[in-house]
Amino acid sequence: MLRRTGQSVVVLAGVSVIVFALVHLVPGDPIRLALGTRFSQETYDALRERSGLDQPLVEQFFSWAGAALTGDLGVSFRSGETVTSLIAERLPATLTLAFASILVALLIAVPLGTLSALRPRSLVDRGATVLSQIGISVPEFWMAIVLILVFAGTLGWLPSGGYVPLTEDPLGWAQRLLMPALVTGVVSGSVITRFVRSSVLEALGADHVRTAQAKGLPTRQVFTWHVLRNALLPLVTVTGVQLAYLLSGVVVVEIVFAWPGLGQLALQAVQARDYPVLQGAILLFAVVFLVINLVVDLLYTAIDPRIRR
Amino acid sequence: MTAPVLEVDDLRVQLRTPRGTAHVVNGLSYSVGPGETVAVVGESGSGKSVSVLALLGLLPQRVATVSGRALLQGEDLLSMPPERLRQVRGPGAGMVFQDPMTSLNPVLTVGRQIVEGLRAHADVNAAAARRRAAELLGEVGLPDPERALDRYPHELSGGMRQRVVIAIALSNSPALLIADEATTALDVTVQAQIIDLVERLQTDHGTGVIWITHDLGVVAGIADRVLVMYGGRCVEDGTVDDVLERPAHPYTRGLLGSLPDLAAPVGPGGEVPDLTTVPGLPPPPTDLPAGCVFWPRCPVRGDARCETEQPPLVQVGSGRSGHFGRELPHRAATWCSEEVR
Ligand SMILES: Nc1ncnc2c1ncn2[C@@H]1O[C@H](COP(=O)(O)OP(=O)(O)OP(=O)(O)O)[C@@H](O)[C@H]1O
Ligand code: SF4
Ligand SMILES: [Mg+2]
Repeated sequence: MLRRTGQSVVVLAGVSVIVFALVHLVPGDPIRLALGTRFSQETYDALRERSGLDQPLVEQFFSWAGAALTGDLGVSFRSGETVTSLIAERLPATLTLAFASILVALLIAVPLGTLSALRPRSLVDRGATVLSQIGISVPEFWMAIVLILVFAGTLGWLPSGGYVPLTEDPLGWAQRLLMPALVTGVVSGSVITRFVRSSVLEALGADHVRTAQAKGLPTRQVFTWHVLRNALLPLVTVTGVQLAYLLSGVVVVEIVFAWPGLGQLALQAVQARDYPVLQGAILLFAVVFLVINLVVDLLYTAIDPRIRR
Repeated sequence: MTAPVLEVDDLRVQLRTPRGTAHVVNGLSYSVGPGETVAVVGESGSGKSVSVLALLGLLPQRVATVSGRALLQGEDLLSMPPERLRQVRGPGAGMVFQDPMTSLNPVLTVGRQIVEGLRAHADVNAAAARRRAAELLGEVGLPDPERALDRYPHELSGGMRQRVVIAIALSNSPALLIADEATTALDVTVQAQIIDLVERLQTDHGTGVIWITHDLGVVAGIADRVLVMYGGRCVEDGTVDDVLERPAHPYTRGLLGSLPDLAAPVGPGGEVPDLTTVPGLPPPPTDLPAGCVFWPRCPVRGDARCETEQPPLVQVGSGRSGHFGRELPHRAATWCSEEVR
């Protein structure tokens, strides 16, 4: 465990170098973009000096990384707010959407994948295959727009977008969450369904299932403890991957539903060449990824005795 | 005259494979009396495992077609309702599977896997079931059974896992024990211990045993009768003495000749019989010969019907009385049992 944490720290250090380099490789001058079309050379130089962009890149990196270690991610070129406060503002919306989506995804994938595996090549299985193909290949914005047209437009049941905190307006929160969570949940769910199907199928064919049957266990018990329990292992991994993806911001869905998440923040930062915000966001995504990896590993250790040491 | 524990009549198994229908078991009939041990021998692929898996409905349903009758204590296993079959698995028939490395669930403890089998059939509380599980592990010769209960399969050696599987099969004192290569992974001492244990079960409960093995030493040591399988058929069966000392079928003779010296049976006059190994491979179950299954490899082929007509399993030599008062005939399926002698 300690070694894993150590590895994560090394990875994170590497990632921050790459992040920094990449961000600064994006063509475009942030100061010019911030100042608009008409400005004097003096204003330009002053601003450039104030943001530290006149320093050599290596020095810029170390001052940024040093501050980042203390939790200071700098100040946005665009708005002047601290990057941490910008991220903190967006984090609840992103967390809400990501966890709601993964819930939707699992609610779709586990029953559907399991049923498909139990009756391979049956109507259910073929149907599930087609549906998940559709889920994977239909663009998210298209799905989102159809939902908005139907539920916000024609039926008028749901607001077309936006976000309110749960604490302020629970019903409004749920209404606004439903459609974006459905879109991203269906996409992730389609991917996870395929995994559930193949891992349940594999578990069903395992020799130990025959032993369990030969003991005279009731079918339900065989299925729960000797099939599903074993199929759970790959499910944990794929769910972790999907969650990491959802947490790093689903830009398209955020934009269509006016969802104020991290994806939008990162996109705006790219457009404005807002280096500190972009660096902060990407660094956060890297941390999220590492944390989820760590959690997946921990879960694995808990549910697979073969890994325990 | 005691009723047999198991009576198999015309068992047939077809498996759907990508290469066509495989006729894996083709009209197998035999019976196992109470306390009796029937050894099933035959080359790899002759259908030994499939024929016993079929009895308990353990073949993949989507590919397997099973027909015939298999009466376990008078009830047909092949036509009983699923819930009844579940009740019979365990106390009616216990099974030890061929591959000990994969027949236990890797994510559940050994103790749990024994206990759930006990509790599926008897109303015992968890603590009592656990005590019984430890007892069983002790009986199959696992050192430190209490601690072994909390181990996972991967923490045990192959031999120990095999003993766990044996303990599971024995846990409900089955009327019929099916052991598929049960002691193959075990060393001689442990093997002897297991055989002792099974023999005790046979005396105490009248358990009938089907023992699938490649080891002629085991056959000679524990079996009452031997059934020789080839191409999914019984080509010869009879008492151990009859089959090992007076094999009537060319295949049995080939099989005996191909086995190690240690196991080679000794003739009535004390001489080692002059047997030859049969070259060639068994026919694929998707494409069996029209006549005698052994025809493609048979060195005798002493009859015009060999190639075209399936020889029936008929009595050879003189039938004799077994110790349960049943007739124990010596049968073989060949047109030429006389020439072979
Ligand atoms: N699930 C299955 N699907 C298709 N064919 C199978 C299946 N199981 C077994 N077979 C085939 O059935 C035939 C008999 O196999 P079986 O396992 O009964 O042989 P065996 O006599 O037990 O051999 P061994 O001594 O190697 O254990 C083989 O040709 C095998 O390939
Ligand atoms: S029937 Fe003919 S081919 Fe078959 S074993 Fe006997 S002699 Fe050989
Ligand atoms: Mg076998």
